[in-house]
This record gives sequence, C-alpha cells and structure tokens, in this order.
Amino acid sequence: MRYSGFRLIREGFRGNTGWTRAWRDPSPRPDYDAIIIGGGGHGLSTAYYLARNHGITNVAVLEKGYLGGGNVGRNTTIVRANYFLPGNSEFYSHSLKLWEGLERELNYNVMHSQRGHMILFHSDGQRDAAARRGNAMAAQGDDAILYDREGVRAMLPFLDYEQARFPIHGGLFHPRGGTARHDAVAWGYARGADRRGVDLIQNCEVTGIDIENGVVRGVQTTRGPIRARKVGIVVAGRSSQVAAMAGMRLPIESHVLQAFVTEGLKPVIDHVISFGMGHFYISQSDKGGLVFGGDLDFYASYAQRGNLPMVEHVMEAGMTLMPMIGRARVLRSWGGIMDMSPDGSPIIDRTHVEGLFLNCGWNYGGFKAVPASGWCMAHLMATGQPHEVAARYRLDRFATGRGLMDEEGTGAQHSLH
Amino acid sequence: MRVTCPYCGERDRREFTIQGDDTSLRRPGRDAGAEAWHAHVHLRDNPAGRLREMWYHDPCGAWIVVERDTVTHAVHGSVPAREAAR
Repeated sequence: MRYSGFRLIREGFRGNTGWTRAWRDPSPRPDYDAIIIGGGGHGLSTAYYLARNHGITNVAVLEKGYLGGGNVGRNTTIVRANYFLPGNSEFYSHSLKLWEGLERELNYNVMHSQRGHMILFHSDGQRDAAARRGNAMAAQGDDAILYDREGVRAMLPFLDYEQARFPIHGGLFHPRGGTARHDAVAWGYARGADRRGVDLIQNCEVTGIDIENGVVRGVQTTRGPIRARKVGIVVAGRSSQVAAMAGMRLPIESHVLQAFVTEGLKPVIDHVISFGMGHFYISQSDKGGLVFGGDLDFYASYAQRGNLPMVEHVMEAGMTLMPMIGRARVLRSWGGIMDMSPDGSPIIDRTHVEGLFLNCGWNYGGFKAVPASGWCMAHLMATGQPHEVAARYRLDRFATGRGLMDEEGTGAQHSLH
Repeated sequence: MRVTCPYCGERDRREFTIQGDDTSLRRPGRDAGAEAWHAHVHLRDNPAGRLREMWYHDPCGAWIVVERDTVTHAVHGSVPAREAAR
C-alpha cells in the first residue's frame, strides 16, 4: 500500500479500517542469496539497498527479537555530518544526503527535521578546533558556521552565559544537522525492503554460522537451518557473540549508554545542542519531550540500562548548561548496548570467511549512519568491493595501525573512548 | 551497582575507576610478535555474562580484579590484582 495525503484523508473518513500490515510475516525459506543477521536500522537498510541498488531481492533479514527493538529504537535521534577525519567525513556526508531524500525514497514519514546542530566551545583552543572542524566540513561539501558568544546567545538565549567553569565562547553550527523519528526509520526501511521482496523474519535467533572450507554456506537458527551464499553480520552490540560463531574475535567492547526523556513541554529548544565538556547533548522531540543523553557508564554491559552515577552526571551537566531544565521532570531513562571500537570509528568489511561480511563498531553514533551504512554494506555484499565512502572502515586497521580514525585524538585503545 | 574492594569491603561504584577487561594482566612477552600485541591491545572476548575486569579503588589505591556479570551487573567477588596476576 502506497501512503499519501489522499489515502490519509480517505481512511479518516472510513474509520481507518482500510490500512493493511506494513510488511509480511514470512516463515524462513531453506535458501537465500543473502542473509542479513540483525533486524535493526543498519540491517534493514542493508537489505533495502541490496534490493534497490543491486537487484538482489532473494534476501532474508533474521532478527532474534522484533524489528527495530535494539539501538535504532533507543537512541537520541540525532542526524549530523560534522566529522573531521578523512574516512568518516565522506561517509557521514553521504549519509546525510541520503537522509535528505529518505522520506520520498521510502514513501514513509521519518520526520527528518533539519533544525540545526550546535556544538559549544569554551576556550580559545576549542575555538580553533571548532574552526578547523568547520573548515573540514565545508571542504567536504557540508555546511558549518562559526558563531561567537553573542551569536550563540542570539540563537540560544536560555543557556547560562555567566558560569565560570565552562564559559561559552561560541559554537560551531551545522544547519543541516537535526533529528529524525528513530522508530520510523526502521519501519520505513523494513516496509521498503519487504515491498521489494525481502523476507523479514522475526523471533529467529542465529545460533551458528555454517562454514565449509573457508566459505560461508548458511546459518543455523532457532527456526531451523537456512542456506545462503552471502551472510552479513549487522548486530551492533552483539557483534562479538555472532562473530564468535565464525571463529572471530573482534576489536569490540559492548558498553552501556544512557538516554533520558522528560515530560512533554511547549517548544523551548529549537535545535540540537552539544555540550561536549559535560558530555551532554539535548534536543526536543516533536511531542515536546526533552531528549538528552551523556557519556558511557564506562563498564562493559549488555543490560540495556545504566547506573545512577551517570544519571547524576548527566543531570548536573544539563543544569550547568541550561538551568531552566531543572523544572522539567524526567519521564523515562534507558540504555543501549554500544559496540565500541578501539578508535571510535566503525567497521564495514569482508572477513577471513568468503561470503561473510561484518558491519559493526558504531560506538555511540550509529543512528545517523543508518542510510549510508546500509548503502555501503549492500555494495560490499553485492560486489565484493568496499564502497568508496566506506573504503577506510577496514577491520585490519587495528592490526596494522594503518588508517586508524580516532576523531577524539585520545588513542586507539578501548578504555579511552 | 556496588563493588567489593578486598581491603575496604562493599563500596559505592563512584569510588572506583574502571579500566575494563583484565587483559592487562596477560601482557605479551618482550619477544612476542605483532599478532600477539594486536590481540592484547585490541581484541576482546566481550562476553555477555561473567567478565573479569580491572577496577581501581580510588580511596585506598588498590588495583583489583572484579568478576562481574555484564548482563545483570551483579558483582561476584573481587581479588587484589597482585594475587590475580600470579
């Protein structure tokens, strides 16, 4: 069923009785051209672009829970292309361009809102770094504006400009940055993939990967064995467990990152604001809730929930930046399982097994990458060659030390990001 | 999450600094090859379940090895890193 304004009006008059399921609920077939393990944002977009860009429609997405039940439904919905290093820069730039056409592409309202993204800086050194980053963004073809303190004040008058610890010296504004409705992105890709013939199979956990003579033959699942010539592992926080089924040990640690939402308020925060010194970022959802988050709890975790010390830290950072939010009441908090790589950048690559591909290491930045990640993973699986904007996301960069992409400049080690 | 220091008993998690996986207790020898160092620095078992990891108790200055479940956050005891390294 194609969605349109006309259909919306018609269904309104018919009591919304004419809507049909957005995607089928097929049973697994015994054989596919390609299997995607993981029905999250990246897995669904991979399946979609395999069908759309490469005409490979005999594809199954295997999800152990329900579609979009992991990080794509648990993030803070920020979409931006403000990366600095070659490798990341062109990849996220490509992703943002895909975001900008995504609703028309998918015939699905993902509520992509380019409300602008502001990174604050608090010292001369940080101003230089922001200017340099802004120039890198502009050189990549994206947009960046450097604001001084008064420029930021005109735009964000509610910040605390009097504090002594982290005085606001200005900000780097990325007008094309913004937010999107996270669940809708998963649903839109799911529906788009399904309409092109992809089987989305839920409640189907992969329990083994069949490999013969170094070539992938298929997978074992809780719903029986499934054969496939190509298999993609796109499971984010669970990457280590699934890769272990193929005898791999990954440069990944899974950590918990918490997020929070307040009760619905009238429109008060128009942009996405990043307060790096407090590891705090915030935006306001279309429903009115203030959506914000902080840093990792910094211990390995699969619990999808964090602990109070980081809750306290995030609240303190929020109060430091904008004391007005002290009056808002937090409705919910939750955690997601972050697949942290040593250098903070992702991996989209072949493996030592022919036909087995790996997509992981999204750290805490996977949501904005969903379109380009699927685009490039599909390209890799279909052609056997890396896509040009993801060519640097190699698995072997840690072993060789060549091509590490450490945006923070802290070192390519696990405990440093 | 409360963590037990072998010297000070059960304490608030805020008193600790976490290094992560206890790989630092298994440092490769001087003559180990690049592959062994790569595995040491980058590769992790990353288990969903019990994990032994390095914690530093800030007030008493002790490095300890804590066994903790990464799915439930339950702490299953700790020993001084000096003993764990033996």
